[in-house]
Amino acid sequence: MMVFEKPKALTNAPLHYCPGCTHGIIHRLVAEAIDSLDIAGRTIGVASVGCSVFAYNYFNCDMVQAAHGRAPAVATGVKRADPSKIVFTYQGDGDLASIGTAETVHSAARGENITIIFVNNAIYGMTGGQMAPTSLPGQVTQTSPYGRDVNTVGYPVRICELLATLDGTGYVERVAVNNVKNVRNAKRAIEKAFRNQVEGKGFSLIEVLSTCPTNWGKTPEGALEWLDQNMIPYYPLGVYKDKFSEEAAK
Amino acid sequence: MAKVTFEKDLCKGCGLCIAACPKKILSLSTDEINQKGHHPAQIDDQSKCIACAFCATMCPDCVITVEK
Repeated sequence: MMVFEKPKALTNAPLHYCPGCTHGIIHRLVAEAIDSLDIAGRTIGVASVGCSVFAYNYFNCDMVQAAHGRAPAVATGVKRADPSKIVFTYQGDGDLASIGTAETVHSAARGENITIIFVNNAIYGMTGGQMAPTSLPGQVTQTSPYGRDVNTVGYPVRICELLATLDGTGYVERVAVNNVKNVRNAKRAIEKAFRNQVEGKGFSLIEVLSTCPTNWGKTPEGALEWLDQNMIPYYPLGVYKDKFSEEAAK
Repeated sequence: MAKVTFEKDLCKGCGLCIAACPKKILSLSTDEINQKGHHPAQIDDQSKCIACAFCATMCPDCVITVEK
């Protein structure tokens, strides 16, 4: 009996990510959600700019490449042009939480029936480890060698908390992939975000806390530990809004 | 009987599977180098495997297949 195998919604292309980068786990969880809902034939993904720019090579469904930060706007267009399609975006924090903040906030405010997978690793990975809007206070990066100074560059953006205040948002949850328990929880959350769209409910965003061993300067295992000790306290895990379940309960 | 197989050439030797294994029966090969130039992960004692799939759950590169 098969206990675990590669999901069908992933192609056979080897991932280009660095050793130990948890992007690979999150790709797999998205693919598992697509498989379990049996929607691969009518799913359209929108790839971002950043490390995950090559996502279109890895998902076994139709993919569109959006300009930097504009994935939710492109997804809005695709979904409105053909509402029978399941449309998701896969974006990092440098894409979604900085250059694409406007698109993110307004697609949520409009309550577009799309699914956003937001991968937060608190740093700009692809460009070589610069400070991101989500970098933690005091975090050392290429552009904050003495640690992020909140007096000059401000505070990190907590996307889940921000979007949960909007009436258009349907389902917002923050999960992590630093251990087996959290990965299983992330799988459940991502599947729910896709199911919400299949059922025509509205806007869902899952923030996944991820690692960047290369730019954090940690070993793959050390990066999981750093995430657990530093990121989770600043970005608490949990459901920030679930309008659909609240409505169902009424 | 639990069976774990590794697609060695996809492995990047990150070791996340080794850290996740509750039975501590995985290791990085010391005498083998794969296509990518990494020491790939391997299973040392198949008979002790309990098919929990923790290794495969934490593997970022879908290297591992678990059967029972």
